[in-house]
Amino acid sequence: MATEQNSVSEKQKGTWERPSTFYNKYTKYALYVIIIGFFAWSFIGTGFDVERILQGYGELTPVIGIAWPPNFEDRFLSLYFQGIYESVGMAFLATIGGVLISIPFAFMGARNIAPRPLYYFARGIFVSTRSFHNLIVGIVFVTAVGTGAFAGILTFMFSTLGYWAKLMAEDIEDIAGNKLDSIRAVGASPLQILIYAVVPQVMPRAVGLTIYRWDSNIRGSIIIGIVGAGGIGLTLINSYRRYEYDVTLAILLIIIAIVLVGEVASAYIRGKVQ
Amino acid sequence: MLSINNLKKTYSTGDEALKGVSLEISGNEQVAIIGPSGAGKSTLVQCINRLTEPTEGDVYLGDRELTKLNKSELRKARRRIGMIFQEYNLIDRLTVMENTLSGRLGYVSTWDAFRRNFPEEDIKYAYETLDLVGMEEFADDRADELSGGQRQRVGIARALLQRPDILLADEPTSSLDPETSRIVMELLGDIAERENIPILINIHEVHLAEEHVDRIIGLTKGEVVFDGPVEELDEESKDVIYRGEQIPDDAADMAHSQATVGSDVTDDMTERTDA
Repeated sequence: MATEQNSVSEKQKGTWERPSTFYNKYTKYALYVIIIGFFAWSFIGTGFDVERILQGYGELTPVIGIAWPPNFEDRFLSLYFQGIYESVGMAFLATIGGVLISIPFAFMGARNIAPRPLYYFARGIFVSTRSFHNLIVGIVFVTAVGTGAFAGILTFMFSTLGYWAKLMAEDIEDIAGNKLDSIRAVGASPLQILIYAVVPQVMPRAVGLTIYRWDSNIRGSIIIGIVGAGGIGLTLINSYRRYEYDVTLAILLIIIAIVLVGEVASAYIRGKVQ
Repeated sequence: MLSINNLKKTYSTGDEALKGVSLEISGNEQVAIIGPSGAGKSTLVQCINRLTEPTEGDVYLGDRELTKLNKSELRKARRRIGMIFQEYNLIDRLTVMENTLSGRLGYVSTWDAFRRNFPEEDIKYAYETLDLVGMEEFADDRADELSGGQRQRVGIARALLQRPDILLADEPTSSLDPETSRIVMELLGDIAERENIPILINIHEVHLAEEHVDRIIGLTKGEVVFDGPVEELDEESKDVIYRGEQIPDDAADMAHSQATVGSDVTDDMTERTDA
């Protein structure tokens, strides 16, 4: 019976070809050609040049000579401290503020509990907040509220909204719905269901995400000064413009240290929570 | 007390889970709904407090027509309908006490619920109830630290905290071993008697039903095919309810019957949408 239904004749059974992932063979080769073409086009368009790598290496050596040893003189220390203080403070406030404004959006963006119009509204907010890099958002806020750490705080609150609220919304969508039924069945209001059945289920994840966001905001706040939004990034870019490469190196070392501490602290706390 | 008239439920998938069910439960009757997988047992129970919205027909509790209530009226009505679930449906990360007190949520403000600020008499009653179900010493343990049987006791305590006019139980023993199942059924019976309220249990283990309730309702393919006192449930009526399928009597039999009856794919599908 099997041989009757099988369209492959006995003779053809000696050869076998892996079924193509693509529509057919020709589509596959066409795609390969397009990819190679795009690669070549990018290569030409960006002026990629091997010779310049070697040349650049030669230019770099004197820079390293000026940069070493890193400058930790007293008169610069207070400048570094001011910058770090601003960066870390900015990251902290932006994380707290960002998470607070994210909470309602996280609920609104969860398909299983939010009414459809609110859901689409929140999803729209997520997409728009996530479309722009921090530096672009930073430029906008600097233009709006002037230079300084306040613009930086607004920038990271904005990016926390897009990130924290979106991931949280997805976690809320994954919770066990039958548990909501049991709280619904006692006659609880929708808000009580959120507080009593939804929040306890997503709490560990919320804490973990917040810590992760804090960690990532610290890294961002170090660099956001480049567009004038406060923090140590401004000191960094200034030293670079003045060719004070020893100061630049000192700041880079400090940044590495902060990021490391932040990473370790965040890993430790998240380990404790989950 | 509870009166169901011509209740129909058709799921959006086209499955007709209930095809016009009518029944009445009065006073302090203890009633079990039995029937094969996919008969609509779960749907029937969930249509009473409208966790599942019925398509047609009406449900009266006392002289209140549950099927006519708007959202806030329904919430008020649900406060007096205790429900016990197959998977217990406790909130894992909350304590036994918080889970028990959640039975009072319909009576406290959202702010008080947030702060876990329940009236003194509720807390007293929660301790009494936990004592009654043998869980008082676990009040401060988290629900996810408990065994299945212990969780179901807390589930029962939560329903009792509602001071319900009726108890609904949706497969309360399906996730439990035979010994624990027996204990939970006994507890449910004792409580219904003590509170003098009717109880409607959807259950697939026929022998458990026979041992613990007064009246049996047999449901097959969304229709009531038997309704009478437990003494009248003879082999013939069981045949009608189960249509020749092996009657699932305990866990081992259950596994066996699923192996032999497994060919009935559509029934399996309906059960999944039910749950």
